[in-house]
Amino acid sequence: MAIVEITELTKDYLRGFWRKRPHRVLDHLNLSIEEGEIFGLLGPNGAGKTTTLKLLLRLIYPTAGTARLFGRPLGDIDAHRRLGYLPEAPYFYDYLTAREFLDYCGQLFGYDKVERRRRVGDLLERVGLVEAADVALRHYSRGMLQRVAIAQALINDPDLVFLDEPMLGLDPVGRREVRNIILDLKARGKTLCFSTHILADVESLCDRVAILNRGKLHGLGTLDEILPLKAQGSEVLVGEASPALLEALRPLADTVHTAGDKLNLLVADAKLYPVIDCVRQNGGRLLAVNPVRVSLEDYFFQEFGTEKVPDLLDKE
Amino acid sequence: MITARRWLPPALLLALLAGVLLVRVQQRLDATLGDYRAEEQLLYLSSGEWVKRLSLGYDGLMACIYWTRAVQHFGRQRLGEKEYKLLYPLLDITTTLDPQLILAYRFGAIFLTEKPPGGPGRPDQAVTLLEKGIRLNPDYWRFWYDLGFVYYRGLQDYQHAAAAFYKGAEHPAAAPWMRIMAAKVEAEGGTREHARFLWTELYNSTDDPIMRQSALSHLIGLRVDDEIEFLQGLVGRYAKETGKLPRSFADLAAAGMIPGQPLDPLGNPYRIAPDGRVLLDPQSPIITSTLGRRE
Amino acid sequence: MQRVGAIALNTFREAVRDRVLYNLIVFALLLMGTAILFGQISIGVQKLILVNLGLTAMTFFGLAIAIFIGIGLVYKEMDKRTLYALLSKPVRRYEFILGKFCGLALTLLVNILLMSVGFFLALYYVKRGFDAADLPLFSAIYFIFLQLLLATALALLFSCFSSPVLSAAFTLGLFITGSFAADLRELSEALEAPWLEGLMQAVYYAVPNFSNFNVITSAAHGRAVPGALLWGNTAYGALYIGIVLLASMLIFHNRNLK
Repeated sequence: MAIVEITELTKDYLRGFWRKRPHRVLDHLNLSIEEGEIFGLLGPNGAGKTTTLKLLLRLIYPTAGTARLFGRPLGDIDAHRRLGYLPEAPYFYDYLTAREFLDYCGQLFGYDKVERRRRVGDLLERVGLVEAADVALRHYSRGMLQRVAIAQALINDPDLVFLDEPMLGLDPVGRREVRNIILDLKARGKTLCFSTHILADVESLCDRVAILNRGKLHGLGTLDEILPLKAQGSEVLVGEASPALLEALRPLADTVHTAGDKLNLLVADAKLYPVIDCVRQNGGRLLAVNPVRVSLEDYFFQEFGTEKVPDLLDKE
Repeated sequence: MITARRWLPPALLLALLAGVLLVRVQQRLDATLGDYRAEEQLLYLSSGEWVKRLSLGYDGLMACIYWTRAVQHFGRQRLGEKEYKLLYPLLDITTTLDPQLILAYRFGAIFLTEKPPGGPGRPDQAVTLLEKGIRLNPDYWRFWYDLGFVYYRGLQDYQHAAAAFYKGAEHPAAAPWMRIMAAKVEAEGGTREHARFLWTELYNSTDDPIMRQSALSHLIGLRVDDEIEFLQGLVGRYAKETGKLPRSFADLAAAGMIPGQPLDPLGNPYRIAPDGRVLLDPQSPIITSTLGRRE
Repeated sequence: MQRVGAIALNTFREAVRDRVLYNLIVFALLLMGTAILFGQISIGVQKLILVNLGLTAMTFFGLAIAIFIGIGLVYKEMDKRTLYALLSKPVRRYEFILGKFCGLALTLLVNILLMSVGFFLALYYVKRGFDAADLPLFSAIYFIFLQLLLATALALLFSCFSSPVLSAAFTLGLFITGSFAADLRELSEALEAPWLEGLMQAVYYAVPNFSNFNVITSAAHGRAVPGALLWGNTAYGALYIGIVLLASMLIFHNRNLK
């Protein structure tokens, strides 16, 4: 059963002083998310990813189209009982501590005191905020705020979790932790939908993906189905390169960059082994060989042409 | 670079110096502006109705403010120019803002009537103010008493005074002496006895210290009148018996007429002028006597 | 209902931790202390001054709190996007509005109680005792509280669609106009053209009539507040506040959050 069904969802904002010019930020979106999968919403900034989430959560209202969560229409309050939301760049009440804030969230779900204490305690441990639990949120770093955000999204043990740019502003340790939480949730049978513009996150986590640009759906399916992730050759790093080696390699590689005595080469598939032999023969050291894949940015650039950076004003 | 801590003492010193300078400058300003800040500024708005309108309904508070101004104006004038020009307007505004501020009417009654230098000597303004008070507070019978008193001592109009006392006496809660007073004044006009009674009654009817002070000083004045009258009689008898005027009270004492040097109620000695009149001592602060002169 | 209570308590907590509140209360109490001093200068009317100044101070400082906090009630949450997390929970939009209102109402109640304690202490000091003439003061304070609730509701309404500065200006403007209400009515009667008179009358009924609630002057003189006025003001307050809250709920319900 599709846990999220989106049908012809459209959102226009009215621009201009007299609010006459409609600006379409989402154009007849159709997609559905199955139970238990991790679904990725991809797209450049301004694609309509956040708009979609906000529409689903009834933070904004659609111009046309509908959607259903758990088979219920939008705005049904029981659906909200079973979902959690991690907003982009979250901001919470400065003057509360993490514990107070999570307790407040618990109250909104109607849990009694005992239940709240249990859940809040569990979550604080899970996101690693036990020590800072009684410090006011205004003193929290970006990473700590993100953890609070995750905690509040999970306070009700939701079956469906929406995450908007969950890795934004996190250091590698933080990102690893969030990844683990996401995988853990999936292992428990939850459904996740997260929106991002970072391919690496999507690659390792998502079952299926939707690609949006300028409010339109450009692709839906697994990542492999959508992106031609053909390896387009390899990147070869060579050390201790003599000038003779450099001369020998030039005709073999597509591009060559030098940095001191190190060489960074882009080599086509066919020429890979000749290059390796050349290095071996001329006394260089092979440091690394990495397959090159199409990046999401390249993909977008290719697919969506020169409109890589959409007009920032249109986002609002 | 000098750290913040090292900056602190010189910065504080500088601020202190500037502060002292500021006080000095303000003092100079006050002295210069003193001429410009005429008291008329107290009446930015001379109409009580307008003040009431602008009070947004908080007229009780505005009434208190204007009342305070009235009292302060009175006090300042007492010590200064003794013109009291703003006393009536301020009291008028006060009572427009809060018609139930009884004290304002009564204060106005006494002090508007008071002759210079103690007041502006405007019993007509006092009458207007009291009539307003009676109109807006029909249950407060004492205003009739105050009105009668103003006619009595300010205008020497004993007919109107008696009429006011009669009117007040009609009120069921009025004191019984109102009717008696009315009859006496109607019959006998102004006497010291009546005045003494009225001032005593006024003293008892209020706990406002300034009004009480005024009543007391008037009573003292009346007492002085009595005493001077008595002493003047003695002087006359002495002159008749000895054929010449006494030079001082020592002469009268020598003649056995009085036991010693007579003192006024505040303890200053009376004296006899070369022309035989009994006078108050120049040092004596009594001012409300009609007979006592100081020359 | 538990949700409304939760939001209310959170709003209360925010207000209490906002230092503006304390400054205003301290200021108001100081002013009352000053009233005692004023009494020394202007003789004979000490109680009058204390009551007038004290109750007026309570009104204006309470109004300041109602406006300062009220204008940010919804605006801040929309601007800072704390609403995102909140409304993703099973909270209805109207519950949010109700909760915010109740939270600030609770804050004002505590505030009024504190100021009243200070006020009655000052009164005791001046009068050395209490008597029946002081009973109307309770009614006067109750009416002040109703005024503050009304101002809060208005500030909340504006907060749903206006920036804080504009909201403050509108709310204050309505308070001033509402205090002039009696004059509006007189003005309408003085107008010649019937349509103009009708318009003025409509304005009179539309504007929140704050002057209804002001019995400070008569309470200072110990005059009892008639029962009819107590009921009338309570009903007026409840009705007007109800209408304003309803409007707030509707506006907020239809808002697209940015």
